[in-house]
Amino acid sequence: MSNHRLRSLSLSKSYRKGRVDIPVLRGVDLEVRRGEFLAIIGQSGSGKSTLLHLLGTLDAPDQGEVHFDGRRIDNLSGGQRDVLRNRHFGMIFQFYHLLPELSALENVLAPAMIASGAWSYYRRRRENVAAATRLLETVGLGHRLKHRPRELSGGEMQRAAIARALVAGPEVLLADEPTGNLDHATGREIMQLLRSLNRERKLTIVMVTHDLAIAEQADRVVRLVEGRVERA
Amino acid sequence: MYILLLCWRYLRTRYIALASVVSVTLGVATMIVVNSVMSGFAFEMRNRLHGILADVIFESHSLDGFPNPEYQMEHIRQAAGDDIEGMTATVHVPAMLSFQYGGKYVTRPVTLIGIDSATQSQASDFGKYLQHPENRREMSFELREGGYDTRDHQAGREAKERNVMELAGWEYRRWRVQRARDLKAISGDLDRVPPPDFDGPPPVQAEGAVQADGAVQAEGAERVATDAAPDEEPSGRNDDGAPNDGQDPSAKRPVDPFAPRAKARDEVFDPLRETYTGLVLGIALSSFHDQEGEERFLVLPGDDVQLAFPNASIPLRIVSDRFTIVDFYESKMSEYDGSFVFVPIRKLQELRGMIDPETGVTFVNSIQIKLKDESKGDLVRDKLRKAFPMELFNVSTWRDKQGPLLAAVQMETAILNILLFLIIAVAGFGILAIFFMIVVEKTRDIGILKALGASGRGIMGIFLAYGLSLGIVGSGAGMVLGLLFVVYINEIAKVLSKMTGHEVFDPSIYYFYKIPTIIDPWTVAWIVCGALAIAVLASVLPARRAARLHPVEALRYE
Repeated sequence: MSNHRLRSLSLSKSYRKGRVDIPVLRGVDLEVRRGEFLAIIGQSGSGKSTLLHLLGTLDAPDQGEVHFDGRRIDNLSGGQRDVLRNRHFGMIFQFYHLLPELSALENVLAPAMIASGAWSYYRRRRENVAAATRLLETVGLGHRLKHRPRELSGGEMQRAAIARALVAGPEVLLADEPTGNLDHATGREIMQLLRSLNRERKLTIVMVTHDLAIAEQADRVVRLVEGRVERA
Repeated sequence: MYILLLCWRYLRTRYIALASVVSVTLGVATMIVVNSVMSGFAFEMRNRLHGILADVIFESHSLDGFPNPEYQMEHIRQAAGDDIEGMTATVHVPAMLSFQYGGKYVTRPVTLIGIDSATQSQASDFGKYLQHPENRREMSFELREGGYDTRDHQAGREAKERNVMELAGWEYRRWRVQRARDLKAISGDLDRVPPPDFDGPPPVQAEGAVQADGAVQAEGAERVATDAAPDEEPSGRNDDGAPNDGQDPSAKRPVDPFAPRAKARDEVFDPLRETYTGLVLGIALSSFHDQEGEERFLVLPGDDVQLAFPNASIPLRIVSDRFTIVDFYESKMSEYDGSFVFVPIRKLQELRGMIDPETGVTFVNSIQIKLKDESKGDLVRDKLRKAFPMELFNVSTWRDKQGPLLAAVQMETAILNILLFLIIAVAGFGILAIFFMIVVEKTRDIGILKALGASGRGIMGIFLAYGLSLGIVGSGAGMVLGLLFVVYINEIAKVLSKMTGHEVFDPSIYYFYKIPTIIDPWTVAWIVCGALAIAVLASVLPARRAARLHPVEALRYE
């Protein structure tokens, strides 16, 4: 087994805008080691979010490969990628992306619901709820289980999103500007939470940010410039 | 699981979608109501159509009929004996009915039917529609003493009382005759020139001479008669002129009903103690509805009427005779009630010359056959068609006879159903539009779900399930609404009548006192299933669109 949790090989991706192709990534080689907290920084439009989406199989690259635990994942079928995202990757976003119709607890339970059918979910409901509750307590939301996202503050929403990302016990957490929408203090709390998760659970974290101060709290920083990794 | 949960949450939070379902609700409710009422009407109508017609009718092409019905019945039994419950021979002939009312002769075209009172009820529901309870039990062409129904026995409590029927019968006849005689005694020989202020129409009725001036002077009196038929009308009726040629059983010659020779026989026939041959009159022939919808009777059981009809010879000659009304016939089919007159078959055969004077062989023009199992009508008809020459006999089922009417009702129902289903289809487009809106609104959530590992199929499932549950809510509400409407339709009609001030459902048109309804569970099930299918179909396109959304673009969507 390789030493790398995630690895990208000369990834390139371009978007069509009207008639012209706009290249976003132009051959990104990146290695993420097990248990590493990696920060990717870059200007807006440097392609860092696209890179994260490619790593998380939300999008398919035009060229290049993505490997997860030594296995190529970018060419998997849609169903297999769904399973991968559901079980092995956790994702958090700048705008939290909680489902507004569901309570915090239900949001956290969503990956478990997606993973299993109605009946098998119903049978393991207690365990799932217990696990989700524990997770919410871990991120400090034990008192907000039944609240809807709009009744939570930004920091609380991001905590709930982190709990949701972790509920399926993933190996990798992909974070897209997790503090981008939060004030300084709250952002620091979220970063502390991520750090502790990285340390205590040996969770591999790939974080995208444009804020150097945030990025420096990571183990390693990779700078993305015009679709390429800038060698530091 | 998330499919159900999300779909449930969407259902509870998106009221706009529920609004789109209102049209499904209304469509389903209307369809249920229309179908129930239409099948109620169709059922009542079929019952009534069938009530008078036997299951299978075996008839000759000509009015003269065919000889020896017993022999033909024997043959019919041989051909299809196993299925036959009962048979009766009848004579049908077009006729003119006239009676005097308000000093004038009222003449109406009728279908005169000679029936065998003993066997008629075996072949059809004839007896059920008579107005005297005894006659319903056992039909007789004798005038009853009294006791005719004052309340329509086929209708519920809602029916208006026919108080005037209380008078009908022998008692009425005696009173009427006596009164006429008293009047005559008072006025002396005024029967030839009645005084203009005489309370009723001229007491004379048969003499041609009177006709001329009688008609003139009766102008004033005739309208008064409308108010109280029994009061008025008898005086004109059965005076001395009444028993002209009528009770002559051998009257095969053409008779002038106004021949002035009747006087001689007046002593022989005493209307106080005797009647002419009995006759059952379709109730619509004897009555009319005035402007207020009130039923008014022109004649009553106990009155005498005159019938004129062709005899069975070539060339045709007109035979006429007097009959006494012994009962009314009310099948609630205005077509029948307004045209059928029943007399004893023997009498009709005599009058029409349908009895061979030497051999005594009788002629009839149709045989009514009742089957043990009505649904075998077509089978028996085909058997009989094979067994008898088509040139001489026509065999048909009651459905063949009333086919166009039944088909019309069926077609109406079908067209209404198509139209109403289109309403639900329109509602489907409403759902489609609103679903597209919801998909757009939920784009980001769809992206989130995909990022969390939800498959395209799962996303599609959310929206399909959402469409289905909207359909269930809509059609469920529609079903409840529709069924409630059907159950309380008569009350609703009453309230509407009161509010709008005019009758929503006029019983005098249909002869129903209530709006008939039949709720067929299968029809309801089909309607609901159809509405559900439309709701689901309408959500397929938006659901597919949702399923195909690219997760990255969906997430980026703000």
